[in-house]
Amino acid sequence: MEAVSCQCYQFNLLLVMLFVTADIISTVEFNHSGELLATGDKGGRVVIFQQELESKNQPQCRGEYNVYSTFQSHEPEFDYLKSLEIEEKINKIRWLPQKNAAQFLLSTNDKTIKLWKISERDKRPEGYNLKEEDGRYRDPTTVTTLRVPVFQPMDLMVEASPRRVFANAHTYHINSISVNSDCETYLSADDLRINLWNLEITDRSFNIVDIKPVNMEELTEVITAAEFHPNQCNTFVYSSSKGTIRLCDMRASALCDQHSKLFEEPEDPSNRSFFSEIISSISDVKFSHSGRYMMTRDYLSVKIWDLNMESRPVETYQVHEYLRSKLCSLYENDCIFDKFECCWNGNDSVVMTGSYNNFFRMFDRGYRQDVTLEASRESSKPRSVLKPRKVCTGGKRKKDEISVDSLDFNKKILHTAWHPQDNIIAVATTNNLYIFQDKL
Amino acid sequence: MRKRGSRSIYMPVHRRRKGREKANMYSKGTKRKFSDGVDNKAVAASYSLQRQSLLDMSLLKLQLCHMLAEPNLCRSVLIANTVRQIQEEMAHDGSWQVVTEALGGSGHGPSDRLVDTEVLCQSLEQQDGGPRLYSVMGYDGCREEEVVTDKALCSVVVGDRSPALLLGTIGHCWDRGELRVEDGVSKDSGMGDEEGTRSGEGAKMATGQVFGTFEIKNGAPGSDPALEELFSDVDASYYDLDTMLTGMQSAPKMGPYDFLDSLASSHGSVSNSSCRADLNELDHIMEIIVGS
Repeated sequence: MEAVSCQCYQFNLLLVMLFVTADIISTVEFNHSGELLATGDKGGRVVIFQQELESKNQPQCRGEYNVYSTFQSHEPEFDYLKSLEIEEKINKIRWLPQKNAAQFLLSTNDKTIKLWKISERDKRPEGYNLKEEDGRYRDPTTVTTLRVPVFQPMDLMVEASPRRVFANAHTYHINSISVNSDCETYLSADDLRINLWNLEITDRSFNIVDIKPVNMEELTEVITAAEFHPNQCNTFVYSSSKGTIRLCDMRASALCDQHSKLFEEPEDPSNRSFFSEIISSISDVKFSHSGRYMMTRDYLSVKIWDLNMESRPVETYQVHEYLRSKLCSLYENDCIFDKFECCWNGNDSVVMTGSYNNFFRMFDRGYRQDVTLEASRESSKPRSVLKPRKVCTGGKRKKDEISVDSLDFNKKILHTAWHPQDNIIAVATTNNLYIFQDKL
Repeated sequence: MRKRGSRSIYMPVHRRRKGREKANMYSKGTKRKFSDGVDNKAVAASYSLQRQSLLDMSLLKLQLCHMLAEPNLCRSVLIANTVRQIQEEMAHDGSWQVVTEALGGSGHGPSDRLVDTEVLCQSLEQQDGGPRLYSVMGYDGCREEEVVTDKALCSVVVGDRSPALLLGTIGHCWDRGELRVEDGVSKDSGMGDEEGTRSGEGAKMATGQVFGTFEIKNGAPGSDPALEELFSDVDASYYDLDTMLTGMQSAPKMGPYDFLDSLASSHGSVSNSSCRADLNELDHIMEIIVGS
C-alpha cells in the first residue's frame, strides 16, 4: 500500500507483559472495564490478570497486568453412558457486567457452563468467644468473659467460588456463550443447538435454535459461533460451517429456527474449488460495540457486515491470501480447520485477528491500512516498537521478508482480545500471553 | 473432453490459456489445462488422479476421525461434504453427453448444483472463444440437463443421482457422539492399541499420496476409452466405510497389477474396478493395521 498523508493511523505497539503458561491457552477475554483480563487453558484453569493502577513512577505504563487470581474451573469428566471423556479445556469465558464489588464470569468447556464469583477479601473477623484464632474450638467451660468479634485488616485475598453450574443441556460440544444485554439471560451454542438460560436457574434452559436434522445422515451444516446483540436483548446471530450468518429475533417465536435475516455472500465462481466450503466456514462472529455492524472470520478473510444489508459484506480484509494456493497441503495437515477468532477495538475503527507463524493482523477501517505483527520473544525487544512483518508471496524475497514456505504452521494465534477503551491488546500464542500497548 | 464411442456428440476443443502459468496441481485440486487435443486425455487423467488423491485423503481422515473417542463434528461434516462433492463430480464425470442447445440464463431445475465450474467451463469453451450454451444429455436415468458455459455462471443442473449410500455411511458416524454406534467392529478391542500405528500409517499413506509422485492407481494416462467405461457407473457402496473397515469380504481382492491387466484386455464388465483399485489402497492399509 502506498504511503498516504502524514495523518495515517500508526500501529505503534510495545510489548508490556509476557506471561508463560504451563498449558495451551484456549481463550482470552477482557472484562467490561478492561481492568481484568481472563484466560482459560486446556487444563481447565482460569487465570485472571488485573491492570495495575497507574503508578506515579510509570504513568505511561497502562498495560501492566499482574496475576490476580488462578483457579481450576473445570475438571476432566467421564461420561459413563457413552464411555467418553469430556475435556476440561475452557472453550470460552465471558464476563458479566459488574453490579457490585464482586466480579462474575461464565466459563465453559464442551458440556458444562459455570458461573464464577470472584471477590476480594481484605478483612477477617477476629476475637471469637468459642474458637481460637487457629480455628480450634475452646472448651466452653473455660470461657469467663464475652467479647464482640471485630474485623481486622488482612492481606488481600482473591477468592473464586462457583455460584452456578449449568449442566446436561448440550449433547454436542459447546462452542460459544454470550451474555445478554439484559444481564439476566445468556445463550450457549453447540454444533447443532442453541439454548437460552437464566443466570439464576440451572436446572432448565430453553432451546431457541435447533438445526439437527431428523435423519442425521442428512447433516451437512453445523453452528460454529453465536452472539447476542450488544444493545437489543431480543436479537442474536449464529454462524454456520457453510459461511452463512443468521440473525434471529426472539420476539418472533419461541423457537428461532426461522431466521429474521440471512447474511451470505455469493460465491466467487472463479475461486471455486473442493476446498471452497471449508474455507468459507465461519470460525468467529462478533458484533461491533455500536451494534450496527458485525464481523465474521473465515479461513482466509475477515468480513464486516452491515446488519441492514444481507446480500454481501461492506468490507472484506484478506488475512493471508497467500495461503489460497496451499489449501491442499493445509487440508492434509488439518490446519485448514483452525478456528481463528477476531475482535474489535473500543471505538470499532480497527479489527484484529491472528494468523500463522505467530503473526497477527490489524486492519484500520478508516484509514484503510493494515499491518502484520509478530508475537515472539525475538521480535519483541523491550521498549521498542513492534516492527511490521511482511510475507513474500513470490519472486525475489526482500530482506526481512518471510517466504510463505518458511511459515511455521504450528505457531498459530487463534485468540486475541482488545481492551474495551484503550489501545491495549492481549495476544495468545500457544502457551505465551503477550500484552501490547500503544506507544504514547 | 472424452469420447464415448457412438454417443460422443461433443468434440474436444482447443483452447489456449494465455498468460497463465502451469497450474499448481495442489492449488485448488481442480485446475485443468487444455493446450492441445493430444494432451487432453493426459490432463484429464492427471486431474482424475488429483481428485482421487483428495478423495482418498478425505476418506482416511474420516476413518481416523471415527477412531477417536469423540470426533469433532464440524470437522467431520466439512470433510464429509468434501467427499460428497468429489463423489458427485466423479459420478457425473464421463456420464454427461454435451449437446448444443441455445439457452439463456442459468441452469434450470430444482436441483441446481455448482460443480467444479472452472473445469467445466474450460472443457466446454468453444474454439472460437465465445461462450456457447450446451445441454447435457442425461445418462442412465439422469434427466436431461443443461449446462451454461458462461464462465461467470457455469451452473449445472444435475439429476437425482445423489449417492445415498455414501451419505448414509457418513451419516451414521455422527451418532457416535450420541449413541456410540459401533460399526462393523470386531476390530474394536484390538484397534485401541494400534491407534498410534494406525494414525501413523494413515498419515504416512496420506502424505505419500499427496506429495509422492503420483503412482498410477487408476490406470495409465492416455488409456483407451475403456477407462471412461469404468467411470460410467460409480457404485457408491464401495465407499461404504463399513465395508472398508471390515475388509471388504464381499469384493474380490485385486492386486495392483490386476487393474492394468483388466484395462489392457478392455474388459467392460468390471465396471467398478477403478473404484476398487482406489479402495484397494485403503484395503491395503487396513490389512496392515488389522494384520488379517
